[in-house]
Formats: sequence, structure tokens, C-alpha cells
Amino acid sequence: MRYLAERTLGDYLPLLLQGIPITLELTLASTVVLVAAGFVFGLGRGSRNRLIRWPAGFVVEVLRGSSAIAQLFWAFYVLPYFGVELSPLAAGIAVLGLNGGAYFSEVVRAAFASVPKGQTEAAIALNLSAWFRLRRIILPQALPIMVPPFGNALIDMLKFTALLSLVTIQELAYRADAIRSVLEDAGPVYSLTLLIYFAMALALSALVQWLEVAVNRWAGRSTRTGRKAGPQERSTSGVPRWAFGR
Amino acid sequence: MRDVTMRYGSRTVVDSLLLSVKPREKVAIIGPSGSGKTTILRLAMGLERPSEGWIRIDGNYLWHVERNGALLPAGEQQARRARRAVGMVFQQFNLFPHMTAMQNVTEPLVHVLRLSKKDAHDRAADLLTRVGLATHLDHRPAQLSGGQQQRVAIARSLALRPKVMLFDEVTSALDPELVGEVLNVIRDLAHTTSMAMMIVTHEITFASDIADRVIMFDHGHVVEEGTPDVVLRNPQSPRTKQFLKAILER
Ligand SMILES: Nc1ncnc2c1ncn2[C@@H]1O[C@H](COP(=O)(O)OP(=O)(O)OP(=O)(O)O)[C@@H](O)[C@H]1O
Ligand SMILES: [Mg+2]
Repeated sequence: MRYLAERTLGDYLPLLLQGIPITLELTLASTVVLVAAGFVFGLGRGSRNRLIRWPAGFVVEVLRGSSAIAQLFWAFYVLPYFGVELSPLAAGIAVLGLNGGAYFSEVVRAAFASVPKGQTEAAIALNLSAWFRLRRIILPQALPIMVPPFGNALIDMLKFTALLSLVTIQELAYRADAIRSVLEDAGPVYSLTLLIYFAMALALSALVQWLEVAVNRWAGRSTRTGRKAGPQERSTSGVPRWAFGR
Repeated sequence: MRDVTMRYGSRTVVDSLLLSVKPREKVAIIGPSGSGKTTILRLAMGLERPSEGWIRIDGNYLWHVERNGALLPAGEQQARRARRAVGMVFQQFNLFPHMTAMQNVTEPLVHVLRLSKKDAHDRAADLLTRVGLATHLDHRPAQLSGGQQQRVAIARSLALRPKVMLFDEVTSALDPELVGEVLNVIRDLAHTTSMAMMIVTHEITFASDIADRVIMFDHGHVVEEGTPDVVLRNPQSPRTKQFLKAILER
């Protein structure tokens, strides 16, 4: 047993690495909320009914207009006063997901709006059911447009999970900070953490590229025709705009 | 169609229109831009709900049901029932870009008429061959010329075997050299089919070729109607004369 002062990063490596699955799980869980919220807000804001459109717009503006950290603290410290006691995990995932969803709603709205009205009208004239129109006509034209921005959102989410260290969730950044304070040498641990985030971001971009191919194939946009813009579009999400949480 | 009025805001686009098309009848609708021709077809297709009046197609009301001799407003379900008898071809083709020519025709057959994949395929191949696209079955809209796309759109509507087909200026988005191929397809169709047709067009020769009746429309009203020989060659109304003159000088 070495003295504390003699310990190196190697001793704490397992502790740090255990943060990886936690960070990934947080990213995926928040992204699920992001997608759900993005569709609800996005379709709500595109609705013809004012009673749906206005509240959706209001919620989106509130979420976008205030800092995510403030929202996180609010969910964590203020909500309990209203009798809503969320675990740090639930509060964190909800705040990150809803926040991302507020931004993603614009992508969803724009993607649906980009499908020409004539498509729906032709489908109605052919007597296709509403469900079929959505599934076979509208979504195949709207979803492929959403994938590259979704890639950005996913990698942003990875980066934002570091915020959750502020509410005692022991993900990667939390652990890096803790280890740094014991080692008293910020260099190695932060450098390694940076590399780990970078590797995770690369893995996520690979996942998004796969998703893009899969969605386009599902949508019937074969490699022959619809894919010309693919590789160029992808590069925007391929390079992670990475930054460390704080 | 009876007493059909269509307003957008305070603007009346179609005013108390009374129009009926008999089985097999081919009706051409002419009139200046903005006169409401497209609106009439969209009303007949059930894409718009009229502000007033009712529309009945092949025995079904589009937006009403008859109960105890009274007409009650009805919703989308009733509209879908009535729409089965109608097909429409649009100015902008509106093919589904992510599907091949073949799929554009077969998907509605499978989904709406519940044909088997094989029957749908056979019917679609037959129709696409009839419109001269036998060698382009697996092309996507982006790989087809405008004229070819419009012929796919015609085949797609025909496949559902409507009782009435509506054509809205189906050649006006086409390059001039492609207009003929599409008009020929419709001309053939008009001469061979028992379907009724309502055709909005600026092609006067074409209209006089195929129409049993021509309707001159302006400002939401019928200005003049009758056989092509009368309306197109010997119009009575000064408005029609003026319109035809303007078209011929174009
Ligand atoms: N959704 C709408 N909202 C408001 N006004 C509309 C709408 N659709 C059509 N109009 C108006 O109704 C009038 C008639 O339009 P319509 O498209 O039926 O004319 P048209 O005879 O088909 O003309 P064109 O020859 O240019 O196609 C136009 O003045 C148009 O501006
Ligand atoms: Mg028109």
C-alpha cells in the first residue's frame, strides 16, 4: 500500500473508466427524451390548432431561453418544494432531454414542413389512409432530413452529460474531477478524460452514419438517387464540436 | 355539385356553382388565371370543403350524409367513401419521389384496393405500358422527364379505376416538346374509356378534340357552356371571345 501522495493515475484508472458506461447511458437516456420531446414540440408548433401551437411554442421558448444549468438546479433543488421529488438521475435526464428536445423540435418542424403539400394532396386523392400517408409518404421524406442534425444533437448530448456532475451524478467528468483533487496533478487525468470523450464522440458519429444509411434504406432513398448529398452533409456531424462541460 | 360556394376569407372564389357531369361525359373547363378552375377540381376531389352547398359523386355525398330526407354534415370518413369514385392528376405531378414508377402505382392498389402484390404488379405494369413507360418501371421520379412523370401520375390514378378523372392543367408545367405525349395519352383515354372526365386546360385544340361539353369560367361563375363547336368556335359571350383571342395570340 502506497501513501496517498505516491499514488498515480494508474491506481484510479478503474474508477475513472467506470464513468464511461454511466456517461453513455446518460447520453442515450437523455437522447430518447430529446427525440420524444422534439417530435411532441415540433409537431405541436407545426399544428394548425392554436391551442396546441401556442403552448408548445411557449414551452420551447422557456427551455431555450434559460440556461440548462439553471434548469438543472431548479429541478434538483426547487421542485422538491412543490412536492416533486425527482432522483438526481431522473431530474438530470429530464432536463437534458427536454432542453435538447426544444432545439430539436425546430429540426422536426422544418423537416415535416419541407415535404411539399402536394404529396399529402396526391395521397388523399388516391384515398390513402392518414396512417399510411404518415408512414409511407411523409416520414420517408422527412426522417432522412433529420438524421444529420440528430447526429449533432447526440454528440452535444454526450458533452452536456458532464453538467450532471454538478448534481452529484458520478459520471465521467465527476470522477475525473474527484481523481484530480486527490492526485493534485490535473494534467494526466484531464488529458485522458478528454481522449475518452473524444473516442466516445467518434463512436457515436459512427453510429449516426450507420443510422443514416439505415434510415435512407428504409425510406427507399437508394444509393443510386437520393444519396448524392449524403457524405457532404455527414461531415457536419462527423466532427464532434466537443467541449468539456464546465 | 349544387349551390357550391367556396370562400377564402372574404374572397368568394366559386359562387353558387351548379355543375353536374354525366357518366362517360368529358367536360373541358377553360377560363383565365385565378378564375377558380383549380378550386372546382379540388372541391370535386374533396381536397377542400365547400363553404356552402353539397357535392355528390356516384351516389355518395362528399361532406354530407342523407338521413330522413335531410342532409347532415359529415366528416372525413364519409369523404373517403365518396373519394373512391374520383381520381385526380395534378399540374405538378406529385409523384412520390422515394418510390419507383412501379411502386407509385402499386402501393395504392395494395393499400386501398387490397389487391395482392402480384395483381397490383400486373395491373400497374399493364397501365404503365399503356402510357408508354414499359421500359421505365423501376425508375424513380427524379430519373424521369416531366412528361414521363405525368404519365406515371395518370397511370397511378387510373389504376384505382375511378368513375371520374380530374385533370388540372396537366401539361402547363411541362417543356413544350413534352406536352404532346401527355395530351396523346389523355386523348386516347378519353376516346376509349367509359370514365367521366373533367379537364382544366388551356390547350384549345385538345379541348375541342375530346370534350362533349366546354365550360367557360370566370370570377367564380360559369360564363358560357355548350359543345366545343359553339363555345370554342362560335362563342356567344364577349368574355369568351376575348379569352380565346388572348390564348390564340400567346
Ligand atoms: N388556399 C387559398 N387561400 C386563399 N386564396 C386562394 C386559395 N386557393 C386559391 N385561392 C384564390 O382563389 C382564386 C382562384 O384560384 P384557382 O387556383 O382556382 O384559379 P385557377 O382558375 O385554377 O387559376 P390558374 O389558371 O392560375 O391555375 C385565386 O385568386 C387564388 O388566389
Ligand atoms: Mg389552376
